[in-house]
Amino acid sequence: MSLLSFLDRSHTIAKPGFSRWMVPPAALCVHLCIGQAYAYSVFNLPMTKLIGIGQSAPGDWKLTQLGWIFSIAIFFLGVSSAVFGRWVEEGGPRKAMFTAALCWAGGFFISAIGVYAHMLWLIYLGYGVLGGIALGIGYISPVSTLIKWFPDRPGMATGMAIMGFGGGAFIASPLSVWLMSKFTTATHIGVAETFIVLGIVYFFFMIVGSIIVRVPAPGWKPEGYVAPTQSVGLITRNDVFVYDALKTPQFWLIWWILCLNVTAGIGVLGQASAMSQEMFPGQITPVAAAGFVGLMSLFNMGGRFFWASTSDYIGRRNTYFVFMVLGFVLYCLVPHTGSIGSVVGFVCAFLVIISMYGGGFSTVPAYLRDMFGTRYVGAIHGLLLTAWSMAGIFGPVLVNYIREYNVTHGVPKAQAYNTTMYIMAGLLVIGFICNYFVKAVAERYHMKANDPRAHDALGSPAAARA
Amino acid sequence: MATANQGQGTTTLQLVLAWGFVGIPLVLGVLQTLVNSMKLFH
Repeated sequence: MSLLSFLDRSHTIAKPGFSRWMVPPAALCVHLCIGQAYAYSVFNLPMTKLIGIGQSAPGDWKLTQLGWIFSIAIFFLGVSSAVFGRWVEEGGPRKAMFTAALCWAGGFFISAIGVYAHMLWLIYLGYGVLGGIALGIGYISPVSTLIKWFPDRPGMATGMAIMGFGGGAFIASPLSVWLMSKFTTATHIGVAETFIVLGIVYFFFMIVGSIIVRVPAPGWKPEGYVAPTQSVGLITRNDVFVYDALKTPQFWLIWWILCLNVTAGIGVLGQASAMSQEMFPGQITPVAAAGFVGLMSLFNMGGRFFWASTSDYIGRRNTYFVFMVLGFVLYCLVPHTGSIGSVVGFVCAFLVIISMYGGGFSTVPAYLRDMFGTRYVGAIHGLLLTAWSMAGIFGPVLVNYIREYNVTHGVPKAQAYNTTMYIMAGLLVIGFICNYFVKAVAERYHMKANDPRAHDALGSPAAARA
Repeated sequence: MATANQGQGTTTLQLVLAWGFVGIPLVLGVLQTLVNSMKLFH
């Protein structure tokens, strides 16, 4: 069997007796690796001293230049997941995971050359473009596979994988710092070598995931599971073709729900350290603030599993109602915690907020599956991730610029974030309204049995619904 | 219609290895972050 045929969807169909519990670790192999993106900032400071070693020299890169690497990667995450979504869905998870592994490792290797030759554009190309494409393909690759293996608990299944994306930084951050310390000498900073080692390690991990992964055989269902024969409420038994989904108001309502939920979370996530110290001067030290950021990351990861699993019981729409209502209350309370000096209240509020930020990411694949069916859920999810790219720009801009505006207009630093908190709360009100208007997809968008698009690489419609 | 037949094709050892492969690094990373986070309460 050639390598290319080994990667085909047809060669990933599980044989009888294959345990579906092998699939979440396969998904985690990919998500834990690409989750490194959240820890990329550990390279920023060392990369500003590649020439000067001890301190930045005139020819060294500036932080503002290096900040673009992450931004480009997140931009290409959204673009690639939207462009390659259908290919990922039809080509199967193994081919997608393998491609993501090649791009991810290749991105690190090209970046290593960029660091070695001190050519920043090579890092933009390597980690930014190629790494961003790996992020997009890798992120969506196991989603629809997991949903098909766990039709009884789709939220929990995708929550597990997407939790891995949040948890990848916990591995990458200490590993990167440790590797750099091993490769750094008095005359050299070991960023390039660290990139090479990370590229090799991540390639190995992701390839293992692509070997383990399987898709269920046509007609497979979990033992004891009885699939509903008719659509119930928002949960459809029909499939919507990927590009037809774009024509439905439901897709765009969920796009805005995700965008607003992420905007509200991502802005404070990036500024948590500075915000906590400025709102509680003297009470939260820089060391304590670092601890706060770590705790937020844990809740970001845990929230992905908790909220997505909860959505299996209370429903996707209700879960987002909880995000919007609870988020609104907590954002409105944050300025109050600042005014009464309640660090505990502030910390608790943001831990819950950030858990819902993570939960927004992990619950949305199951929400899409409920609305548009199983067949093209991966591709539709890919298109939806453009909302993440948009929020990645809006969120930090809102927080940073409004704070800056307030400070320059004489507002004390401790109160400079109050307006932002109320704006975030307002965004969640809009999200609530969008969620309220989400209804079942109209029948005219459902794929018909004789739809020519129904007989593609995925097989028969019945198989797709397995 | 095929149904899940867990335990025959996939062995318990395979499951333990697969989960350990991803679980051990993740747990170590989480523990390290948790230890660092405790600085908030000092």
